[in-house]
Amino acid sequence: MISYTVRRILLAFPIMLAVFTLVFLLVRVAPGDPAVAALGDYASQEAVEALREKMGLNEPIWTQYARSLYGFIRGDLGSSLITDEPVSRQVGTALPYTAELTLVGILFGTLLGIPIGIFTALKRNHTIDYVGRAFSLIGLSIPAFYMGVLLMIAFSLNLKLFPTVGGGDLSNLGSNLRYLFLPAVTLGIIMMAYITRMTRSSFLNVLQEDYVRTARAKGLAERVVIYGHVLKNSIIPIASVIGVYSIVLIGDSVMTEVVFSRPGLGKLMVGAMKQRDYATLQSVMIIYATFVVVINLITDISYVFFDPRIRYN
Amino acid sequence: MDRRRKILRTFVKNRAALIGSIVALIVTILAIFAPLIAPYDPLEQDVFHRLTSPERSHLLGTDVFGRDVLSRIIWGARVSLAVSVISVAIAMVIGTIFGMIAGFKRGKVETLIMRVVDVLMSFPVLIMGLMVMAVLGSGMVKLILAIAIVLAPRFVRIAHAPTLEMKEKDFIEAARALGVSAPRLLMRHVLPNIFGEVLVMGTLWTATAIRMEANLSFIGLGVSPPTPTWGNMIRAGVQQLTISHWLAIFPGIAILVTVLSFNMLGDGLRDITDPKLYE
Repeated sequence: MISYTVRRILLAFPIMLAVFTLVFLLVRVAPGDPAVAALGDYASQEAVEALREKMGLNEPIWTQYARSLYGFIRGDLGSSLITDEPVSRQVGTALPYTAELTLVGILFGTLLGIPIGIFTALKRNHTIDYVGRAFSLIGLSIPAFYMGVLLMIAFSLNLKLFPTVGGGDLSNLGSNLRYLFLPAVTLGIIMMAYITRMTRSSFLNVLQEDYVRTARAKGLAERVVIYGHVLKNSIIPIASVIGVYSIVLIGDSVMTEVVFSRPGLGKLMVGAMKQRDYATLQSVMIIYATFVVVINLITDISYVFFDPRIRYN
Repeated sequence: MDRRRKILRTFVKNRAALIGSIVALIVTILAIFAPLIAPYDPLEQDVFHRLTSPERSHLLGTDVFGRDVLSRIIWGARVSLAVSVISVAIAMVIGTIFGMIAGFKRGKVETLIMRVVDVLMSFPVLIMGLMVMAVLGSGMVKLILAIAIVLAPRFVRIAHAPTLEMKEKDFIEAARALGVSAPRLLMRHVLPNIFGEVLVMGTLWTATAIRMEANLSFIGLGVSPPTPTWGNMIRAGVQQLTISHWLAIFPGIAILVTVLSFNMLGDGLRDITDPKLYE
């Protein structure tokens, strides 16, 4: 297992390099001159030219690429073209907002979704099962931003229980939670829908296995059959979809941050995109891709951990 | 009973698929015949009837410019459906072709295609879409391209695995031995066998594409106003949230119902095309 883990981690590096290259190239072919974007449309030709020189935009693309990559490896992400603030500091401020939002959303969805999924699977074709299935189908069809708008209308504007927009003060737990609640529930409901659905179908699949019939036939208590045999065997597909849907949820977190004006990475990215701040944009995109690569890595390693039968060569 | 009638019967018995297809069909008809069905011109402004609540002459009220919300939602269906169906079709064709080639050719070609797919799929769907829109700029054609680029790698993966499996089958080997050329083999023998799965995923990804269009238009990167789309209507509605909730709520219901119908249809098709049912 250790050699597999090491090999799997090594495999992530070429992917990261390719991701970096892709983002670097995309940002370079994007329309608009970054120097013009930084100085505004009315800047003089000389000023633009001077800034281009200073930003290294006049150098061959290979030099730019090498320098950018070297900086990235050392953790130097350059400076914002608009505010001149170091990108690493912008990211440092924004990341906690996104991290807590996404993690709480994933936890909320998983911790509620798995028991509900098991429950509806055991009550298959009862009314409660139909209600659960309808709700999870709605949950995975609704766009995150619309869910956010609905919750905002109900709980912020009508009931006035929570603030409408903003991120709150991270160092103050009360303020932090008040601002976190609705965005996290927005993501949590979506995650819950995915997990409920997957748990239910995975559970139903295992329930049909021969060894479950055997376990019942030899007189094991239903509780032992469900938790000892069925749950144990349905956990692998569930673990793998937690990874897959966490990635979907990271995308949805961008929309949630935009709706609630939460100062996280998503808001930073969309802002950078609108202002053509390519330095910030490039770094934020690579950070998002890093999340995905890491989640995939953890998912793959957890397969081997949960199921010793799986051996990779 | 022949297989086709069996499939049809299963489809009708599968209530979710039936409801999904009926709703999807209604939305499609609304989109196609929008000029005939919509009670008002979606762009016509009426300064004397701004932000009216739902009433008899304006069933879903009017927006900040006095435009009829119902008419805008019906016209919005046009943009949303056109964008998502065309982009998924493009992604499906390109993705399936590359997936089949990767599965069939093996070796370096396969490695190259699948590694490119790995990299493209290292971004969440929405973030990849934002990235491509940032490069292309906004507008309807660019939006279609962006969604197609994001979804194509997913179809490559879907087509790749079954092609690998197909290739090992005896009838494929027999056809090769008879000297059938590779493109013909893929088209005549491999494609029909993986078509069901591709179509199911196409339906489900259409639901995703509708959501993506709404997301991008909501951020302001998709189709620009005054052309109505469900996403940019909600974007405008959010500005009036304290005055009128309805402007944001109604277009969202249109998105939800449409996405839901495509998801139900896709799920149903998956159950129906499951060959285990007909063995």
